[in-house]
Amino acid sequence: MAGATDALHVLTLTELTKGMAGGEFSARELTETLLSRISEHDSLNAFITITADDALAAADSADAARANGNAGPLGGLPIVHKDLFCTAGVRTTCGSRILENFVSPYDATVVARMADAGAVTLGKTNMDEFAMGSSNETSYFGSVKNPWDPGKSPGGSSGGSAASVAARLVPAATGTDTGGSIRQPAALTGTTGLKPTYGRVSRYGMVAFASSLDQAGVITRSAEDAALLLGVMAGFDERDSTSVDRPVPDYRASIDAPLKGKRIGIVRQHFDAGLNTDCAARVKEALAALEGQGASLVEVDLPNLDLSVPTYYVVAPAECSSNMSRFDGVRFGHRAENPKDLLDLYCRSRGEGFGAEVKRRIMTGTYVLSAGYYDAYYLKAQKVRQLISQDFKAAFEKVDVIAGPTAPTPAFALGEKVDDPITMYLNDIYTIGANLAGLPGISIPCGFADDLPVGLQLIGPHFAEESVLHCAHQYQLISDWHRRCPEAFA
Amino acid sequence: MSAWEVVIGLEIHTQLATNSKIFSGSSTAYGAEPNTQAGLLDLGYPGVLPVLNEEVVRMACKFGLAVNASISPRSVFARKNYFYPDLPKGYQISQYELPIVVGGEMVIADAEGNPKTIRITRAHLEEDAGKSIHEGLDASSGIDLNRAGTPLLEIVSEPDMRSAKEAVAYMRKIHSIVRYLEISDGNMQEGSFRCDANVSVRLRGQKEYGTRSELKNLNSFRFVEKAINYEIERQIQVIEDGGKVVQETRLYDSDRNETRSMRSKEEANDYRYFPDPDLLPVEIDATYIEAIRKSLPELPTAKCSRLVAQYAIKTGDAELLAVSRAAADYFEAAANATSAPAQTVANWVTGDLSALLHRDGVDIADSKVSADTLAGLLDRIVDETISGKIAKEVFEAMWAGEGKADEVIESRGLKQITDSSAIDAIVDRVIAANPGQVEQFRAGKEKLLGFFIGLVMKETQGKANPAQVNEAIKRRLAQS
Repeated sequence: MAGATDALHVLTLTELTKGMAGGEFSARELTETLLSRISEHDSLNAFITITADDALAAADSADAARANGNAGPLGGLPIVHKDLFCTAGVRTTCGSRILENFVSPYDATVVARMADAGAVTLGKTNMDEFAMGSSNETSYFGSVKNPWDPGKSPGGSSGGSAASVAARLVPAATGTDTGGSIRQPAALTGTTGLKPTYGRVSRYGMVAFASSLDQAGVITRSAEDAALLLGVMAGFDERDSTSVDRPVPDYRASIDAPLKGKRIGIVRQHFDAGLNTDCAARVKEALAALEGQGASLVEVDLPNLDLSVPTYYVVAPAECSSNMSRFDGVRFGHRAENPKDLLDLYCRSRGEGFGAEVKRRIMTGTYVLSAGYYDAYYLKAQKVRQLISQDFKAAFEKVDVIAGPTAPTPAFALGEKVDDPITMYLNDIYTIGANLAGLPGISIPCGFADDLPVGLQLIGPHFAEESVLHCAHQYQLISDWHRRCPEAFA
Repeated sequence: MSAWEVVIGLEIHTQLATNSKIFSGSSTAYGAEPNTQAGLLDLGYPGVLPVLNEEVVRMACKFGLAVNASISPRSVFARKNYFYPDLPKGYQISQYELPIVVGGEMVIADAEGNPKTIRITRAHLEEDAGKSIHEGLDASSGIDLNRAGTPLLEIVSEPDMRSAKEAVAYMRKIHSIVRYLEISDGNMQEGSFRCDANVSVRLRGQKEYGTRSELKNLNSFRFVEKAINYEIERQIQVIEDGGKVVQETRLYDSDRNETRSMRSKEEANDYRYFPDPDLLPVEIDATYIEAIRKSLPELPTAKCSRLVAQYAIKTGDAELLAVSRAAADYFEAAANATSAPAQTVANWVTGDLSALLHRDGVDIADSKVSADTLAGLLDRIVDETISGKIAKEVFEAMWAGEGKADEVIESRGLKQITDSSAIDAIVDRVIAANPGQVEQFRAGKEKLLGFFIGLVMKETQGKANPAQVNEAIKRRLAQS
């Protein structure tokens, strides 16, 4: 383990905690180091807002708490939040012009729980506008660059979070995952991205895109770190009716057990045409490695997998069209100048405030909910959603986790798919199912294709985060992909 | 009988009497400074989520049970999407396909006084919107979101009413029920109880309904009646002039007593209802329902029957008393505290008391004469301290704050004259002073008895015991 403070940026949360506990460095030193890295690498465009002063003050508090023997579970650990988590006093833009100057009066539950645990927030990360996008190109604040190749997309929508963790600007970041927005960018940047079970983490203060699919999670450099953060974020919140009231286990307690006896499902449909051959090869190598650790590989079917993208693109836009209605220029956010009447105020405020992809989804969602189309689209999509859930349920009668690719290709070039929404949407084919069914999933690095990271996805049954983290951690014990750092950021 | 038959259905919006809003902790108190009772949720801030106030579920169940409806084991909140400045989220959370209360009925009296059942289609929970303010702001509009998120129970009837009077009778019954159940204060001035009326006409004997119009936001019984009657006449006129009624929403203007078109069916919003993903379905089990059933108070119909049976009062009076729990309670308290017959108590409560309450705009619960005080007054009639006529004067004085019956009788010197020798003396004086009338009486004009009684009462300022006066006059005139 590195001991010198000049290598602080490569350490995991677990290692950083040891370092601070052992007095090797302080939270302030760590924070200063990372803040200077953030500004040094601002060309990545990973951040929308950097909160240096607040971060240093929080670091000093964390150091004082540790000196008094009161270090919290995340005492002094740096974190950045995707810019759709509300943060009191710091603007929350959602990557949109319509909220360019919006300052929330309150903290999201995730933000508050992490701060209460002693975490130090360094800033807010760039993202696809309102989390609608898979490349981070829909952000009003410009695309984020992939640290592995600045000409490539880091994925999305949590692109800023993934890029900042991959570039070793921060050890961990929050993200949200509605159709793969944590796992896909994690795969494309060689980081570890965890999307918990729907209801495991409170959505309070997380600006909604598609409420029945949105779930908060984390992007880290190891499954062990994800386990640490999940333990702090998870749990019932009386302010979110869809959060589930069940105990939060110590997610790190069970990840050390050997994999022997673990049944890992391989989905036949995952390796159909559409998956890049190099990616397929890396995933298969990873599966073989897990088998080598004692897990048994079992073939399972997800017969309706091909319906998940069309289903998602009915359900998500429908909810989006309604969730976006509150941005009307009346109470907060962008308001058009000199509106001539109410309709003009609405049309221009929203027309100027929202980008093309958000508008596309509002239009699609409005259409599928309209009288005469509701049954054919929304209702049918809900039925298919049930089928997809049942497919997973049937598969989990045979296996403990399902393993496969996270994304069909490695990182693609910025600008490559931005004008072709359907191709862009298909990038989420492997991740969307877990959202539709509300299941926990993780993406971990499993090698490279054309010098770009490839992700292995593990999906578990409801509330089986422990099982998913366990497999991921065991794999990371015998591999070092997650420790690979893009050369420019070493 | 008119050739036209009227068909009316009502949608009644009842504000539920919770302390906090349906999905947020903000207060629901009426009349606060604009936007002082609107929290982040009521303002539709990004990231905030609704959390159902359990109290509204309990209240909706009480209503459902009181009107013999089914309580849905599973009901679902849905979003009704439309843009308006007083609707902060751009959607109203309501219930659509799966409401909490389904079915039910209410019995009213029809034009002939026969019982008639009005079917209740459903009752669902929803949040109220805020309101726009146009006065006092030049060239701009203000928005007050204090009311946004106030819980409403929307009670939808079948088109079972056949006249404006029936519609009002139904609305009054619902008003009475929600107040009995203490789920709404029913305050119509403050908008806690208002209704929309769907009105159509058809030729008698025709099977299909005519095209209906929806009259919006009728917030008094009188306006409901007037608006519906206006609308009936308007529709008949349109048809008789060879035109067609169009389906539309119309607003009643009480100043001009007319309805005006607001928007046609073509202009109607497509609300794009879908289940609200932020809220779980409301699941209610039989145990919960039974517990509520046990807690229900005696309801108007049952109370009316019991009052008749227990107190032997007239059905008409019992119905009047049973309209509100407070009136019935008042009656029972007074009847139980006095030795006067219960019917006398009923007469007083529905007569003199009711008149003064109405005159001064006071609720019976806040009556200036308590049930006990009234009972004390009636006791003085029974023990003949005062006559029924003097009692009215005493009652007015008690209302004006002059004290209890005995104090008023004492201070005003109203004690009845029952001393027969004193009465005889006055009677003798009256007879002696009116020899002509005495002559006529003795000749058979017995109606003159009243004339002599009147003179005696005038002489005694009404204080003489009427029965004794009557007896004494007859006795003296019989002696010659």
